[in-house]
Order: sequence, then structure tokens, then C-alpha cells
Amino acid sequence: MEQLSGGEMIMRALRDEGVKLVFGYPGGAVLHIYDAFYRQSDVEHILVRHEQAGVHAADGYARATGEVGVALVTSGPGATNAITGIATAYMDSIPLVVISGNVATHLIGSDAFQETDMIGCSRPIVKHSFLVRSIEEIPEIMKKAFHIARTGRPGPVVVDVPKDMTAPAEKRPFVYPETVKLRSYTPAMKGHAGQVRKAVELLLDAKRPVIYAGGGVILGDASDELRAISRHLGYPVTNTLMGLGAYPGTDPQFIGMLGMHGFYEANQAMHQADVIFAVGARFDDRVTNNPKKFCPNARIIHIDIDPASIQKTVRHIEVPLVGPVKAVLADMIDVLKQTPDTSDKEALASWWATINGWRDQHGLWTGDRYQRGEKIMPQDVIKTLYEVTAGDAFICSDVGQHQMFAAQYYKYDHPRRWINSGGLGTMGFGLPAAMGVQLAHPGATVAVVTGEGSIQMCIEELSTCTQYNMPIKIINLNNAALGMVKQWQDMQYGGRYAASTYQDSLPDFVKLAEAYGHVGMKVTNPADLKASMEAAFALKDRLVFMDIVVDPDEHVYPMHIATGSMKDMLLSKTERT
Amino acid sequence: MRHIISVLMENEPGALSRVVGLFSQRGYNIESLTVAATEDPTLSRMTVTTKGDDTVIEQITKQLNKLIDVVKLVDLTEGAHIERELILIKIKATGAQRAEVKRTSDIFRGQIVDVTPSMYTVQLTGSSDKLDAFIEAIGTQAILEVVRSGVSGIARGERVLSI
Ligand SMILES: Cc1ncc(C[n+]2csc(CCOP(=O)(O)OP(=O)(O)O)c2C)c(N)n1
Ligand SMILES: [Mg+2]
Repeated sequence: MEQLSGGEMIMRALRDEGVKLVFGYPGGAVLHIYDAFYRQSDVEHILVRHEQAGVHAADGYARATGEVGVALVTSGPGATNAITGIATAYMDSIPLVVISGNVATHLIGSDAFQETDMIGCSRPIVKHSFLVRSIEEIPEIMKKAFHIARTGRPGPVVVDVPKDMTAPAEKRPFVYPETVKLRSYTPAMKGHAGQVRKAVELLLDAKRPVIYAGGGVILGDASDELRAISRHLGYPVTNTLMGLGAYPGTDPQFIGMLGMHGFYEANQAMHQADVIFAVGARFDDRVTNNPKKFCPNARIIHIDIDPASIQKTVRHIEVPLVGPVKAVLADMIDVLKQTPDTSDKEALASWWATINGWRDQHGLWTGDRYQRGEKIMPQDVIKTLYEVTAGDAFICSDVGQHQMFAAQYYKYDHPRRWINSGGLGTMGFGLPAAMGVQLAHPGATVAVVTGEGSIQMCIEELSTCTQYNMPIKIINLNNAALGMVKQWQDMQYGGRYAASTYQDSLPDFVKLAEAYGHVGMKVTNPADLKASMEAAFALKDRLVFMDIVVDPDEHVYPMHIATGSMKDMLLSKTERT
Repeated sequence: MRHIISVLMENEPGALSRVVGLFSQRGYNIESLTVAATEDPTLSRMTVTTKGDDTVIEQITKQLNKLIDVVKLVDLTEGAHIERELILIKIKATGAQRAEVKRTSDIFRGQIVDVTPSMYTVQLTGSSDKLDAFIEAIGTQAILEVVRSGVSGIARGERVLSI
């Protein structure tokens, strides 16, 4: 049998799992692993500039491909720097394996140099974790880690490796297991047939249906099935922030994003619906507004791979369906095809008429719902981005107003094109995530939509982009403020801008980009916006940082009125529903 | 309502901390917790008593089930069950009090397991209610020290929690 060191075993496990890229940062506790890395050529290493970014990049890679993202960090500060990235992936159910070094086994617990209890630190934000206790168990732990990360409801798995477990001289037999034995972990592979039939019956019974599709559809690769069932039924579809792209944004049946900054027509439709079909969505508080007032007349069907997501916040679920969305939707389509179509076509037509009325009245894509002044409007930046990229880019967002504008005004026709931190809302996610996306799809157009606040949280990655020639386009919606914070301060704190502005301390982003070897552009005049953006995207092999000075006073609307129902919204600074 | 949740889990280092962490992370309360290996050394059996409304208890059982280390669990309070807790209690026992303590402990079927001229140590098993009643009967004035094991439980009849 082949004899390998622990470090070599890790590399071989990565190869056998089909891993092509690892994002990492070296340090004492992982030097044996790095040496094993150096001595192989199956897996490529990307040296980031901060471990947080390394995990975000692995996360972006996973979101864009559906494969497990891998990050490698050292013990102590390397491990704790990875925590924000792990939490971000955990909240959005992204499959990751994060390998962290630790001090040698005999030093654990002694407050040794760069010792951190990574298993303890990461416990609440991982799907599972492993501490390697013997070299022999490394192959099995790696196999389990990948299996757990990618199956069921995906999530990050930490493998913490004490330094002595990877010592080059300590060779042990290596066989990579073909299958995993985990008696305590058996995610559902199919939905319950009886529940599937009930769900179909209820759907056909609907007079005012809404299909509410979330990130689970993307994670579960069920977009095709969602399209098929939605088109078969002819029902309106709304996507969550995490679900954008699950159903095509340009499809006439798409009624926009729902939730806190969701479309008027989507939120109204949800509130008035008599049947809601929730598919891979988890009734997040940013969707439901006050769960007690949530869709009072709706009978609800809920498909989720995670039983704990069912009836967690909204309790009146009539047909719970635990299983992978792809398999469950496929079964539902089969049943639908065998069932006589008893749906009420007249009711549906009048429901569509109502929805189209809402669309015409306040829809974001049926008219300009904001006033233009001298300055560039952030919404127009996103609309221009959509035009210039012909709707065909990967859009990686940071967190703030710009994120909501990017969600509202770019139409996502395909899954895995809209990459954002929805659950944790991590500023700094955008650029490193875009690196993962760009490396996964080297020829694709990848843009970061960011703000001058967020971009400064992982801006060091501009250097990584230089090292690996990543031609990312950074669209910085520069409103000279932590805009989303400022918006809340306008609305709830009498315009007292506590710590949300920078008092002229912002860097010159053009020079900064140039310092890293990239192209910088500054745009201030609305008339120049489109041409500059075209010029930026024409530079196919360069990273371009577009610093776009936008109206600093703009707010994101619609916006849920806190403690209200889904239909209670502010539509502008002066109008409400 | 009070629930007794019995959990079979992998007897692995770290498993217990995941369960305890889950309770604190999600704001669930733990009234008592006991854990030890079973006849199969790869499995531990844990009993948690907790309080919460139906929504909370449903989430607790679902979230516990989600932990990779948890193999199976049952909410014992959903059916007929036996619950037992052990108490060791040191009680002042001097003068007239001495006979009184002995009498009370007999009434509760306690056993005196250690004696000095000024105190008794009483061992008692039963439901948590019974132990509470004993503590009350003795009175806090007389109590020197109390150790309770936390609740262990098992279903009545043929029902078993095993893999
Ligand atoms: C790491 C982190 N810290 C703080 C916040 C809270 N927060 C949410 S949005 C926001 C402002 C973001 O500013 P900017 O990136 O400039 O975007 P804008 O809202 O101005 O478009 C802040 C501070 C956060 N989401 N993430
Ligand atoms: Mg800003």
C-alpha cells in the first residue's frame, strides 16, 4: 500500500475530490501541507492577501460552479481571520471545506504560540468540523468533510489539522475511501409521495397563486425544474435575494424580487395570495416582515431540504415537503402531467390582471421610480451595467444600498450569476468572491458592484488580482457614505449621521487602482456613464476600477415598514402603500 | 411546558459541546443534562430537560437532529415514560433534628449513606418533583450541600431508542 505523510494525504484527497483550486495563506502550522502542495501539480494554489478573502474567494467559486470551495489557512490569526468567511458561507448554505492548521497535538491547550481553538471558535458557524487526531484518519475525514459539505443542505466544514499530523517523515498507508459511512447523517433524497400529491392538488386549487423561490433552487440545481413547473402552471414567480436567477428575470411570469426591498407587485401578490408555493426559500425575516402578519389568507406549500427550515418562523404551512428541490419538483411535474388540469383559468387571468396593474402602477421595470438630478443616479449605473454587459455578466455584490440596486435593476436570467452575501450581509465579500468566480470562469465577464465603504474591507485583494491577472470590473457606487446606514439614520434618527460619513478621507480610487497595476476611471457626469462603462468592459484583459460618483442622498425603495405585513411599504421618500 | 429529550449520539470528543453550544446559540434553555456512554461504546445517551412552547420544542428537536453527531432522538414527554434523578444531600442533624431528618428521609425512601455526629448524607432517587419536595420538607436552613444528577429517562413498554 502507498505510504504518504499527512500533508501528502491532504493533497491527494483534494485531487481525488476533483478540487482544482485552493485559496490560502501560509503560516507555521501549515508549512508541511504547503510543502506537499509544492511537490504536486494537480491542484493550483491561489495566494490571497487576507484569509477572510481566501474563504470568500472559495465561496464565490462554489457559488459560481456548484462545486465545493476549498480554503487553507494557518493556525491562530489565520484561523480567526477565516471566521467571517466561514460565517458568510454558513448563512447562505455554501459548500466549503476549510482546512486550518493547528499547533502540534502535545501543545494543544497550553496557550502555545498561534494556538486557537478553531473547532470551538467555528462551532456555531459550521455544518460540521473535524479535529485530526491521528494521521491514519485523514483520508476518511477528508472524504466525510467533502460529503457533508456538498450534500443535504450544503455548508462549510472545518478540518483542523495539528502540525504533527502532517509531518513529512511520518508516512502512513493511504487509500482514499470510495464511499462514506455516516449512520447519523442521511439527508432526504426524495419527497414524500403523498405530500407531493397534496401539493399538486393545492396548487391546482389556487385562485391567486404565487411561486416564491429561494436560494435553495440554485443550490439544488433545480432552475430547470422550477421553470418547467412554473410555465406549466402559468403562475407568477417571485425570487428572494438569494434566489435571483433561479427563475429568469426577463420572463413575463417573473414579478420581481420580494421582501424588504422587494418589488411592489411581488410583495402585494404575496400578501393577497391564496396559495403560496415556497420552493427552497426559508421565510427569512428580510422576506416576511412581521411573520405574524405574513400572508394571512395563504395556504402554504413549502419544499426544503432542511426539516428545521419548515415552520421555523411562519407556522401555518399546510403542505410541508422535505427533500431536494430538484427531485421534489420533478415528481410534482410528473404528477401534474398525469392530473387533469382543473385549475381556474378565469381566476388566474384576473389575478394576472391585478398583478399587471400593480406592475404598471409602481413596478421598478415599468417606469422610472426615482427622480434624476445633476448627479448620476445609482439605479442608472446598474441599468447601464445591464445594457453594457448585455445581461450576461456574473455580478458579485458587496453589502449596502448598491447591493439592493444591483438586485433590483439587473435582470438575472440564469442561476449562479448573482453572487452576494444575503444571510450574513458581509461587507468586503464582493471583490474576493469575484476572484473565485473569475477563476472558475476565466473567459466570463465578472463585475463587482460595490460601495466605497465595502470595497475598502477587502481592497488588499487588488494585489491578488494583479498576481493572477484577473480582469474583474469593479463598479464602485461612490456615495461618499455608508449609504445604507445613512438611509436608516435619515428615516429613523432625524438625519443624525453618526459615523456614516468619512469627512473627506476617502482615497483616490483611481490612483489606488493604478498603484496595484490596474486601470482606474472616475465618472461624475451622467452623460459620460455609458461610454465610460463601455470603454471599461472593452478592456477585456485588465482589471478596471470604475469609481462612479453617485447621488449621495438617494434611498433604496420600496422598503418594508418595520413590524408591518408584506404589503406595507414605503415607495419613495414621500409615498407609502 | 417541560420536555425530556433523549438523544443517542456518536461517542466522539466534541459531540457534547456541539449539543450544549446549540442550546446556548439558539437561546434554548437547559434545565438539566446528563450524558454517558451506552452498552455500545461508540454511542452516548444524553438526556436534556428543557422548557418551551411547541414552536421552540419543535425547533430544538429539529436542530438537534441536524447535528451530524446526533443519531436519533425522542421527546420522552410525548408518551408514557419513566424519569429518575439522583440526589445526594448533606443535612444538619443534631439534637431533636436528627430523628426528624431520619424520619423525613424514610418517608421519601431515602437512604442515609454517610453519617457524622452533626450531619447525615442522604441519597434519594425519583422524579425531579419528588426531589424538590424532599428539599422543601428538609428546609433550606438544615441543608448543607446538594448534588443532583439531572434527569435520566426511558420510555415505558416496548418502545426503545436504539439504532
Ligand atoms: C462587515 C460589516 N460591517 C458593518 C455592516 C453594516 N452595514 C451594512 S450596509 C453598510 C454601509 C455600506 O456602505 P457602502 O459599501 O459604501 O455601500 P452603500 O450603502 O453606500 O451603497 C454597513 C456599514 C455590514 N453589513 N458588514
Ligand atoms: Mg457608500
